[in-house]
Amino acid sequence: EGERVILGHGSGGQLSAALLRDVIAPALVPAAPGGPLNDAAVVAVGGTRLAFTTDSFVVSPIRFPGGDIGELAVNGTVNDLAMMGAQPLAISLAYVIEEGLPLEELAAVTASAARAAAAAGARIVTGDTKVVGRGAADRLFVNTAGIGVVPDGVAPSAERARAGDVVLLSGPIGLHGVAIMSVREGLEFEVEIASDTQALNNLVAAILAVEPGVRVLRDPTRGGLSSALNEIAATSGVGIVLDEGAIPVPGPVRAACEMLGLDPFHVANEGKLVAIVPAGSAAAVVDAMQALPEGADAALIGVVVADHPGMVTIRTLVGSERIVDMLVGEQLPRIC
Amino acid sequence: MKYLDEYRDPVLARKLVAEIHRVVTRPWTLMEVCGGQTHTIVKQGIDEALPAGVRMIHGPGCPVCVTPLEQVDKALAIAVRPDVVFTSYGDMLRVPGSTTDLLALKARGADVRIVYSPLDALRIAVANPDRQVVFFAVGFETTAPANAMAVAEAARRGVDNFSVLVSHVLVPPAMTALLESPNNQVQAFLAAGHVCAVMGWTEYEPIAARYHVPIIVTGFEPLDLLEGILMAVRQLEEGRAEVENQYARAVRREGVPLAQRQIFEVFEVGERKWRGVGEIPRSGYRLRDPYARFDAERRFDVGEIRTNEHPACVAGAILTGEKVPLDCTAYGTLCSPQRPLGAPMVSSEGTCAAFYAAGRGL
Amino acid sequence: MCLGIPGRVIEIRDDAGLPMGKVDFGGVRKEACLAYIPEVRLGDYVIVHVGFAISRVDEEEALKTLEILATMGDMVRQE
Repeated sequence: EGERVILGHGSGGQLSAALLRDVIAPALVPAAPGGPLNDAAVVAVGGTRLAFTTDSFVVSPIRFPGGDIGELAVNGTVNDLAMMGAQPLAISLAYVIEEGLPLEELAAVTASAARAAAAAGARIVTGDTKVVGRGAADRLFVNTAGIGVVPDGVAPSAERARAGDVVLLSGPIGLHGVAIMSVREGLEFEVEIASDTQALNNLVAAILAVEPGVRVLRDPTRGGLSSALNEIAATSGVGIVLDEGAIPVPGPVRAACEMLGLDPFHVANEGKLVAIVPAGSAAAVVDAMQALPEGADAALIGVVVADHPGMVTIRTLVGSERIVDMLVGEQLPRIC
Repeated sequence: MKYLDEYRDPVLARKLVAEIHRVVTRPWTLMEVCGGQTHTIVKQGIDEALPAGVRMIHGPGCPVCVTPLEQVDKALAIAVRPDVVFTSYGDMLRVPGSTTDLLALKARGADVRIVYSPLDALRIAVANPDRQVVFFAVGFETTAPANAMAVAEAARRGVDNFSVLVSHVLVPPAMTALLESPNNQVQAFLAAGHVCAVMGWTEYEPIAARYHVPIIVTGFEPLDLLEGILMAVRQLEEGRAEVENQYARAVRREGVPLAQRQIFEVFEVGERKWRGVGEIPRSGYRLRDPYARFDAERRFDVGEIRTNEHPACVAGAILTGEKVPLDCTAYGTLCSPQRPLGAPMVSSEGTCAAFYAAGRGL
Repeated sequence: MCLGIPGRVIEIRDDAGLPMGKVDFGGVRKEACLAYIPEVRLGDYVIVHVGFAISRVDEEEALKTLEILATMGDMVRQE
């Protein structure tokens, strides 16, 4: 019997990368242009470069500390466009609804999606709704797609990191993943934490104002910081060395990861970005980010190097270096 | 976090490293028994900070990875049954049996659920009286009191749709088997702190004496491990061989008597196979007769499942330090983290998995 | 082998015959069974593994370990 899709293929880790590389990309060859994989594609229309992206959201529960699936979906697409330097122009919103979902919940999710779009200066211009039988979907799945104009002279992309550049992180990691875990059935624990879902288009605008030549922008969602950095290292063919002490991990995130045996570098974020910039503009970019609330805790967390291309390492407490590995499949709580 | 952060102080860590370098005059081979200790050693690169001659061999100390193929195959045979809700610690879901693993069965529709505690599995059984709820009771002595309590509570409260598939292993017999092996190279042990928190360390005293090996009861934070290594090399350099307690904040010589009493009310010592190592006499627990009705092997008639493991796997020799992954014909070809054969590749910190992640010899 | 994390006992109660406690792990709070260490009091720290308190943390020993390590370096300098 042939191999099948398992939940781990959706984790944003190595299995997800393998699914893309070994199954989806080869099958797409006749139709897909190829080239580096980014958070959004850039398509030329006349003299204008349009960023174009799509994303589906299957979070359960659909309402969680700090937000709901509606604003999460819109912010996710706004952020994917922003990672190409684009401000969001138009967004689509499509639902797959499980039979039996209360109408007031659907209205509430839609209202929060609308609020998020308005806050990011985008309009929801098209959409779709489908209804499936009980059990065929987990209450509600949301897909969003979006387009935005990429300003001239701006072209961040995953293959542009160079040795000597520095790695910046916009704020503390693991908040979204732990917020969801804390309400996941069978694993409940109490914690004062909220998802960090937020739009990052203003933060990117502030970065571009200071350094339009930013090399790479990436929002580390599923698979966490380690997936984002490993993908950049592999695509650019460079090494990355991190400084553990510089990476902000909130107390409750560390506590939940200690309790469940998880690595905070693997836990999902929904309102953070990694920026790779030339060393010379690092200080100015960090200052520009810290001037905004969504970048208040921005920090320099590492450097791009020529050796161990494709590999991310970190300096440990006793001064040696270890590999920051990419999540394999589903993040499972450990007892050992 | 209190009682964790203090034991991750970089200044004290480097002091301990310097002291270890000062004390060590010749090569020594140590083993940290527990997977949790291996995790800290690898994540903090402690082995790389030690003097060149001091070698850390990662022990068999991860219940997930030493669970024999046979037990996993029994779990798979039970989990596919439509009337069963199969519950397990998260670690076990990725461990491969002969043909598949619990995650792949879940993708095909089996009702497989992760639980944080065995009491959660019992709650699921109480909430689903019409289903057979089975709990995969794996672990070393540390987890035995929790698994035993779930069975005792099920008996006390008459939860008859609850059963356990037991795969419990013990440290002292495994340590003795390693020391009995003619080509064993391990000269001192860092014993598993939380196993000893429950059981105390009296059962290690005869082992230290008979085989003349220092055994240091050690915690799991970087400073604990570095201090444990320092205590071990000090004894080795002075020719001493005693049980010493580094993890004093959590372990007492007699352990936790109430936990031990609960274990021995529900379980008794019996034969147990270890993945990649084979059978070690009296190295595991099985349910005592009064609780036989909670034994999932008997209830679902999977006791006869026999599976022999892949001949190419040299996990046993890896554990005694006799071989390294590069000596294994299956390493990197037949055997990889995605399709592991023996325990040291199943565990993400096992020797073979650590070699693979570092890209060594590939 | 046994992921055990220290946390502070902030609530103790009986749950259908089982002594249970709420334990705070640096901002995360979760239930744990206290049946094996009945001597535990509110404010004590316990090591919790798979939802069971398997040991009470000895504050005095904890500090002693750190003091030994802190002064250890000084011995090296005196030699």
